[in-house]
Amino acid sequence: MSTARAERTASLARVSLARLIDRAMSRRLADRLSELSFSVLGLFSLLLLLFIAAFIFKEAFPAFAELKLGLFGEEWYPSRGEYGILTMVVGSIAVTALALLIALPLSLGCAIYLSELATPRVYRFARPAVELLVGIPSVVYGLVGMVLLCPLIAKFGGGSGSSVLAAGVVLAVMILPTIATISEDSLRAVPRSYREAAFALGATHWQMIKSVLLPASRPGIVAAVVLGTGRAIGETMAMLMVIGNSPIFPKSLLEPARTLTGNIALEINYATGLHASVLFATGAVLFLLVMLINGIGYVLYRKGVGR
Amino acid sequence: MQKWLVPAAALVLLLTLFGAGCGKGRAVIQVGGSTTVQPLAEKWAEAYEAKHPNVDIRVQGGGSTAGIKGCAEGIFDIGAHSRDLKASELERWPELKPHAVARDGVAIIVHPSNPNHAESLTLQEIGEIFATGSNDKWTVISREEGSGTRETFEKKVMKPFGKKISEKCEFLPSNAAVKEKVSRTPDAIGYLSLGYVDGAVRTIKVNGIPCTEENVRKGTYPIARTLYLTTRGEAKGEVKKFIEFCLSDEGQRIVEEEGYIRVR
Repeated sequence: MSTARAERTASLARVSLARLIDRAMSRRLADRLSELSFSVLGLFSLLLLLFIAAFIFKEAFPAFAELKLGLFGEEWYPSRGEYGILTMVVGSIAVTALALLIALPLSLGCAIYLSELATPRVYRFARPAVELLVGIPSVVYGLVGMVLLCPLIAKFGGGSGSSVLAAGVVLAVMILPTIATISEDSLRAVPRSYREAAFALGATHWQMIKSVLLPASRPGIVAAVVLGTGRAIGETMAMLMVIGNSPIFPKSLLEPARTLTGNIALEINYATGLHASVLFATGAVLFLLVMLINGIGYVLYRKGVGR
Repeated sequence: MQKWLVPAAALVLLLTLFGAGCGKGRAVIQVGGSTTVQPLAEKWAEAYEAKHPNVDIRVQGGGSTAGIKGCAEGIFDIGAHSRDLKASELERWPELKPHAVARDGVAIIVHPSNPNHAESLTLQEIGEIFATGSNDKWTVISREEGSGTRETFEKKVMKPFGKKISEKCEFLPSNAAVKEKVSRTPDAIGYLSLGYVDGAVRTIKVNGIPCTEENVRKGTYPIARTLYLTTRGEAKGEVKKFIEFCLSDEGQRIVEEEGYIRVR
């Protein structure tokens, strides 16, 4: 009787040991599998980027080869064989710069308020509200700009209101939440001891923010600005609706202009041959511009981290 | 609590599969191209599908050039365009067969309360305005390069006087966008397909002739054009029947209802 029980216990132990080993093996296998699949996915996004870049440059090649520097001329008149995109490079940079100029102080102020001053109750509503702004589709921003902002600008500035100013304001609203939320996160990430040290030295709240928090969270703020800039320069639909799409150098904020993205969206449906290739070249120039911005952002970021 | 979610999702999935399966039994005709022809083609498709439930007609926009190119490359069974085929296009794709299905006028429009009191302009005056672009007096709204409406406009209004549309115009990507902008801008002037004109904008007489369906049909209104449905090679089977329907009395009545002009 007792031997039978002992045997049964032993066999149970064997079984559970086997199961444990089994489980360990499968866990290791699962580990390896997940590792593998994540690296494949990671590499995939890299490959995708390379593939897209290669495709754009391949399609743009005939335009570069044929027009050379003529691509950066001032006249855009495809039906007459004039393919200068310089006005659009200027247009894109102008609206992006204006948008940053408007959005930066607003979003930094917003971030400082949210991280330092807002009471928990306000914060519970304010932060999701700011985040929600990101989720509004750009065509809706464009529509609001077209039916509200443009007529308003037209009233004071004349013309139709389609202008660099309208585009800059719409873009500023669009990138504000991106910059504000990421900046706020990096402000919050500053260690508590820094704040306490500053207060212990007799700093006022504003002095602490200005000379401790902001410098300490600079890398995060730079990253936020770079992301916002990238979004601004790549925005298409809203721009198409509020900027007027005139391929000219805007002489004032109240004049229309055309962006690189708008040029592609406006004409790609109709383009064939060299015209289509020039539109891809427009995309390639945009691509390089974004790389440049990210590069500058990266350098600033490294500088900030190094300090 | 969310037990119902799984069966509901399964049901949706099943229905989708079922729907997709059903679609396979129907002959699909892809129509694409000009945004001027698009609303008309949609109405035709609706009426045709009601009579022939075994046919599924899918209409999309994209523009005249895209319609011609898409048809030549086999993306569309029917390419819709609101301008004549160019010599270069016929040379490249000699197999294209255009079918004239309607006529359309290109209306010159202004805001109902236009401050310039323009009632009637000559072709030359209109050409002058578009060659100058926006200034203190006018906000000039044009279409983008490649648009069929713009081609017609340039051919009738700009080219005869050796003028080109100024870069100082604003450029918008569709008839609807032009109407929207002009209807919100008191000093704006633009042009669009007669089929899109409604009370939100006011049309201007050209050489003293009002832009009406009758004047386009009689040929007195000077800025007019033909709308085409184009096939690759002779139309066959369901595609042929659909084009015949567009040209039938019923099809042409739809043309009239949509504000365009019959060809038969």
